[in-house]
Amino acid sequence: MDSYIFYGITIVLLIFSFTKDREKSMAALKKGWRSFENILPEFLVVLLLIGVMLAVSSPQMISNILGKESGWIGVLLASLVGSVTLIPSFVAFPTALLLLEAGAGYMQIGALISTLMMVGLVTMPIEIKYFGKRMTILRNVFAFIFSFFVAFAIGKVVG
Amino acid sequence: MLSIFLLTAFNRALGTKALLISYKAFIDMLFVIPPIFVLLGLLDVWVPRDRMIKYMGEGSGLKGILLAFFIGSAAAGPLYAAFPVSAVFMQKGVSFRNVIIFIGAWSTTKIPMVLFEIESLGATFALTRLLVDIPGIIIIAMLLSKLVKENEIKDMYENAHKMSS
Repeated sequence: MDSYIFYGITIVLLIFSFTKDREKSMAALKKGWRSFENILPEFLVVLLLIGVMLAVSSPQMISNILGKESGWIGVLLASLVGSVTLIPSFVAFPTALLLLEAGAGYMQIGALISTLMMVGLVTMPIEIKYFGKRMTILRNVFAFIFSFFVAFAIGKVVG
Repeated sequence: MLSIFLLTAFNRALGTKALLISYKAFIDMLFVIPPIFVLLGLLDVWVPRDRMIKYMGEGSGLKGILLAFFIGSAAAGPLYAAFPVSAVFMQKGVSFRNVIIFIGAWSTTKIPMVLFEIESLGATFALTRLLVDIPGIIIIAMLLSKLVKENEIKDMYENAHKMSS
């Protein structure tokens, strides 16, 4: 739904830009397209990986791994799963809810969500293209470690 | 790529399922990505470099941090869409630390996502995560800008020029 809002704002800005300066606006569109072209191959690979990821795993399977586990092993497993996967949030949150209902602990789910969002093993190819190997690894490692703090906090507050 | 074919060879059902999901993801992506690239282009063309530096470049201080946060949170789309935008930011002279904050905000404090999070997992969960994330993002950004070497950063910024032209 907010895609419409997003598109709407973009179109308004685009029209505004065209009325102000036609040439510049064409240049803007060209630049946007160029950037898109640059990154398209990687995008496609990522999408394919998402497909495999989602097809192979199921809430059932995730539940089996994280379901009854409490404690730090569960958190570690959750973090690893979150790091590798790339699930869009509108799938991730309901799945997290299911897991909670199935018995997973809040701390583990906190780790899962946090790593899911911030650490992206699957998106690394794209990230490396923009930021280089070292920076990508550093950022992801930090995000991974940070997620443990998040997990801890969530466990304390909610769990 | 290879894994897809292997998968389809091994298990027809799974392989096809994977392709279907990828296809759906592709369609979803089509909904969100184009506007981002259009906005990118507009940003590139309309916001002059010195303006960007003034607001978000080195030494912009709190202003830059807040802006990075707000823009990141106002975003839509998956994390990897943040990267092209970062490239334009870098090209325009946004400081490294602010770029990292931007990425951090995009990944964790995206407003549309937070709203959905509150809906599905509860306000306590969402707010706790948010409160821990905000300082966390800033700390990570500062750490990264200290740890990544000067010349690497320079390479990144030069690369950014290439990526968006």
